Amino acid sequence: MFKLIWRNTIRHPLRASLTVAGMAVAVLAFALLRTMVAAWYAGVEGASPTRLVTRNAISLIYPLPMAYLVKIQAVPGVEAVVYGNWFGGVYKDEKQFFPVFSVDPLRPYFAIYPEYLMPVDQKLAFFQDRRGAAAGRALANRYGWRLGDSIILKGNIYPGEWQFILRAIYTGAESTTDEGRFYFHWEYLNESLKKSADSRADQVSWFTIKVARPELAPQVAAAVDATFKNSLAETITETEKAFYLGFVSMTETILLAIQVVSWVVIGVILVVLANTMAMSARERLGEYAVLKTMGFKAPHLVVLILGESLLLAAAGGLVGLSLTFPAVFVFKSQLGQYFRVMPLTRETLTLGLVVALAVGLLAALFPAWRAARVSIAEALRKVG
Amino acid sequence: MSEAPTPSAAAVVEIAHLYKSYRRGSQTLPVLQDISLNIMAGEFLALMGPSGSGKTTLLNLIAGLDRPDQGQLLVQGLDLTGLTEAQLADWRANNVGFVFQFYQLIPVLTGFENVELPLLLTNLSRRARREHVELVLELVGLSDRQHHYPAQLSGGQQQRVAIARALVTDPTLIAADEPTGDLDRQSAGEVLDLLSRLNQEFHKTIIIVTHDPEAAAHASHIRKLIKGQLLNDNNRQ
Repeated sequence: MFKLIWRNTIRHPLRASLTVAGMAVAVLAFALLRTMVAAWYAGVEGASPTRLVTRNAISLIYPLPMAYLVKIQAVPGVEAVVYGNWFGGVYKDEKQFFPVFSVDPLRPYFAIYPEYLMPVDQKLAFFQDRRGAAAGRALANRYGWRLGDSIILKGNIYPGEWQFILRAIYTGAESTTDEGRFYFHWEYLNESLKKSADSRADQVSWFTIKVARPELAPQVAAAVDATFKNSLAETITETEKAFYLGFVSMTETILLAIQVVSWVVIGVILVVLANTMAMSARERLGEYAVLKTMGFKAPHLVVLILGESLLLAAAGGLVGLSLTFPAVFVFKSQLGQYFRVMPLTRETLTLGLVVALAVGLLAALFPAWRAARVSIAEALRKVG
Repeated sequence: MSEAPTPSAAAVVEIAHLYKSYRRGSQTLPVLQDISLNIMAGEFLALMGPSGSGKTTLLNLIAGLDRPDQGQLLVQGLDLTGLTEAQLADWRANNVGFVFQFYQLIPVLTGFENVELPLLLTNLSRRARREHVELVLELVGLSDRQHHYPAQLSGGQQQRVAIARALVTDPTLIAADEPTGDLDRQSAGEVLDLLSRLNQEFHKTIIIVTHDPEAAAHASHIRKLIKGQLLNDNNRQ
């Protein structure tokens, strides 16, 4: 039976090849689009349940006074507090953009982000140099930076040219860890602001709070926000995951559109494969009638058609998924500044294969139903 | 193939007052009307008649490929009209070998694989299947062509493969619809000689539908159908 399924599948090599190619392209597109969605959620996936983010209740673009640091540290349940500023800025020109943060590395900033791995000597060199900077491996590779290189960024939120010396290159502990960030000393930024724009000095974009256990998060968040209630800069404290989800929700419509397109692609290939199978089955109605004459029953014919459809779909699916690996690599290398993390997850690959097989199954339903119902005498009369 | 029993006078096929019609849109076209016919074990019957006379329909009914509207149809005492589709399929697998005018071999399978097809429905081992297939291919004189695909065989050879396929399960009945209709004179003669041999040496009950008087001449018995009615049996031997 399998021999007949296989021979039927390759009976029209050109048709089979084109169908497999179409299926492969569809599954490739599907997996790529799903990977793009996963890239959007990469920050969410990498969030720690023991980290909270405190920001200005009005909006993230409004800063918080540095003076809040001491009060937050005093809240029961808080294990450590670090802070940072969104620097913005571009490298060389407007298109060379990557996330730049000013942080205080002398505080245990990287201690509460254990997913950022940095050699001890480099970490020390970064800590000791006020103009020192740390870049992710992907970012350093993208621009060919080496330790000791001088890097000049043009500020947009903080105007002027900012010069840094690359002292450390960090790597990510997880596949979802962002290796495209650039960190420098908050003190460097703050001292410069004191000279050029004093009103903007001693402010941070957010505080990151480390709690000992995830279950402490709600009460610590409530306590922090209560501390600054009715102040000039009220706060919102939420888990790191909720904080990232807030960003993702701003682009929810785009994500929805990508997801819809990914399913539309699958819908199109379903129609193509269904048409191929319907055509093949129609051509072979006489053969199905002959098989019935010999005593083959409807389930046998269903297996024949379903098997052929599943073979085509599985072949296309596997080819498509195999192509996804180099495609994601190319995507990442070409669009790394937009998609710094492109996690081709096992879930995406499994979903791609399941979807391919489901397409194979659905495409075979109508032809199989038709073949199962074919009247021997009627079909033979058409053939004869 | 099993050793042939001595032909008996018992009727293998018993048909009484059989009717069959087809629907074409809102119209009902009567094809067979009040057919009564007995076919004896070991008989070689030729059904003749002009196109549209209903001979293929009658053959299909006897072979369990179609169902009558009304009447009695017993094959080896079994009432085919009472069987479900699945039961009828099992019955065909065990009791009927069908030979078509246009051979109807599966083009992607070799001669051997085509002949093996009906045996896939049995519990025979691969080895036993191979022995059966080789035996019938030898019988039809195509041992040396068993690994050829249908497109690599002549029409006569394809029809002999089709006969081997019909024979391989050792059925009671061989039904052949215009088995020589698509063959040249020489190939037709070889096929008819083969059918005659199956009838005479192995006492297979054979029913063929044919337009060709020369083909019918190989039969032991000829019945004619005109406009869905069977003419009187004047030549039973």
